[in-house]
Amino acid sequence: MNLLIQGGRVIDPSQGIDEVLDILVENGAVKELGKGVKAPSGTETIDASGLIVTPGLIDMHVHLRDPGHEYKEDIVSGTKAAAAGGFTSVACMPNTKPVNDNKAVTSYIIAKAKAEGSVNVFPVGSITQGSKGELLSEMGELKESGCVAVSDDGHPVTNSELMRRALEYAKGMGIMVISHAEDLSLVGAGVMNEGFVSTELGLKGIPWAAEDAATARDVYLAEFTDSPLHIAHVSTKGSLRIIRNAKARGVKVTCETAPHYFSLTDDAVRGYDTNAKMNPPLRTADDVTAVKEALKDGTIDAIATDHAPHHIDEKDLEFNEALNGIVGLETSLTLSLRLVEEGVLTLPVLVDKMACNPAKILGIDRGTLKPGSVADITVIDPKATWTVDADKLASKSKNSPFLGWEVKGAAAFTIVGGKVVYKR
Amino acid sequence: MGFKHKDIIALKDLSKDEIELLISTAENMREINSRDIKKVPTLRGKTIINLFYESSTRTRTSFEIAGKRLSADTVNITASTSSATKGETLLDTAKNLEAMKPDIVVMRHAVSGSHYFLAKRLSCSIINAGDGAHEHPSQGLLDMLTIKDRYGRLDGLKVAIVGDITHSRVARSDIAGFTMMGSRVFLAGPPTMMPPGVERLGNVTVCATMKEAIQDADVIIMLRIQQERQGKTLIPNTREYSRYYGLNPENLKWAKPDAMVMHPGPINRGVELSSYVADGANSHVLKQVENGVAVRMAMLYHVSGGTLVTE
Ligand SMILES: [Zn+2]
Ligand SMILES: [Zn+2]
Repeated sequence: MNLLIQGGRVIDPSQGIDEVLDILVENGAVKELGKGVKAPSGTETIDASGLIVTPGLIDMHVHLRDPGHEYKEDIVSGTKAAAAGGFTSVACMPNTKPVNDNKAVTSYIIAKAKAEGSVNVFPVGSITQGSKGELLSEMGELKESGCVAVSDDGHPVTNSELMRRALEYAKGMGIMVISHAEDLSLVGAGVMNEGFVSTELGLKGIPWAAEDAATARDVYLAEFTDSPLHIAHVSTKGSLRIIRNAKARGVKVTCETAPHYFSLTDDAVRGYDTNAKMNPPLRTADDVTAVKEALKDGTIDAIATDHAPHHIDEKDLEFNEALNGIVGLETSLTLSLRLVEEGVLTLPVLVDKMACNPAKILGIDRGTLKPGSVADITVIDPKATWTVDADKLASKSKNSPFLGWEVKGAAAFTIVGGKVVYKR
Repeated sequence: MGFKHKDIIALKDLSKDEIELLISTAENMREINSRDIKKVPTLRGKTIINLFYESSTRTRTSFEIAGKRLSADTVNITASTSSATKGETLLDTAKNLEAMKPDIVVMRHAVSGSHYFLAKRLSCSIINAGDGAHEHPSQGLLDMLTIKDRYGRLDGLKVAIVGDITHSRVARSDIAGFTMMGSRVFLAGPPTMMPPGVERLGNVTVCATMKEAIQDADVIIMLRIQQERQGKTLIPNTREYSRYYGLNPENLKWAKPDAMVMHPGPINRGVELSSYVADGANSHVLKQVENGVAVRMAMLYHVSGGTLVTE
């Protein structure tokens, strides 16, 4: 089926394009970009005037909970949420049950996503077998089966020697390591950021140094092994300083942050709201400023959600008992567009961080509208206003600190392989 | 003025007027406690559940006596293990309690904020008898009453609080109460037990040494060291702790000669307080216990919104 997207503001940083153009899609691929593009008769047309047309957005860090925890989310509901959020591809973390440390689980995810999913799913395998931090996983076979990176997300690799070997081994296999940087002995029984708010609430704090110290270790190991490294969900001023310095030295390190780390502070925990409980925890206004600066100066390469669905029974608890994590797929775009309103980022730079860079970091053939490439396209309505409403979220879980927020900007169309998978 | 809250969870949530009202009501309640027949019918027919997830004989007994003196029916539920390990969530517990139609639930729980969680879901009143490291409002109120007994006022005093501030709900209630009433609070303790930003909680000064904190103090509140709760990393041992942060007759001389010494109890004798000080002329520890019953009567009375009948 063919598709003509007419008269939208096309922003494609991969080609340096930012102008009003038409895009013709044929047989699932981008056929032509230009003004006054003629389409064969019978071509479906999308009037994109007043809308923004970008390479399909990519969320390089989500938890689809499938296999094993389908009561929270599964590949069907998770990819529906992704499509509703304007994402055409997601990379899913391996902390499923069983852990994605082998070909069977990887193949299951890919097959189910192909058969029933709304968007592309790129699995991330584990660094260590069972993510137990003891033995390296079969990274060669994981890569061959379709994994785009390895990570023990949710659990840091605590043994430094093992992390060194993981970086070296992964380099040989041509697969990248994603680090969940957290020093568990410093975290202890902490449940929120350590600071004035934790003091006032009497909740056990997690010091920022727990993230900084772990980030520093992994950055130095990447430098020492000369291996590429991606740091997940960076939330502190200190970690960003470490990464910025490392990049300046030429270390092959990239990183991501999540919308909640530039949209909220630990003030959101007041009232003991468990929807504000996540890992890393929400930090201070200082850290939020540092995250925005790092987005601006390019220290932060990508915006990912760390979409972490949890059932209501796992959140409707005393603060200490509630699980960490929030859903993010359906609020990421609107929260990120606020960065443009605030003048932190230009739209093309935002698109870079939400589409082009994630594709580059993961090494997948997405994140571009170059003729010939797969027609994964997001059409954004920057003026759409809406309220974040639990009943309207496509995700099975509703654990969001943004419920009730009045927001602006939404995906108008999400197009995967030339097919409209979501229409607002 | 009246008391408008359904629950009493934290002193920091109350106004100065409300705290004064609770204290003056407690002063009136004391008269009942000195009678031959220590009982008034104020809460007759009301049911109070004392729900204690952490054992605390003295706070629970104090609340129980307070309820009985006001003629309420009091029931004690002691949950020795945490709700989660028992398999019943606090939400389940809340629903079960609601079905039993209590008027007041007095709860102690190890998790900070669990009282707000319960209060949102129950139509009855919740009184906080201690939640994690958050607040212990009845202790704060009884400390204030004890000091008011001695000085006739709560403003313009120098109050020193010494010990493990980080893990102390007593400290948080005291800080909220004393700073609201116009006293200056000075804190001392090992830096491993001093939470970040604590000086922003009110008119609070963090002191480098115990001497700085208790110098010319009108009141010294010594906190209990709970080694079991703090793990092993905060202090080398109680021997060194008592040397630098314990109160003994020698360092007590730094304070005003008639300074009040208080402790929420139970005291680790020889650690926070030497026995000479604990049993000495400056000690108001037993007075605190006595005032505890009156303060808790005032809290039960005000959340139930009744009128005081003293027939
Ligand atoms: Zn993680
Ligand atoms: Zn994650």
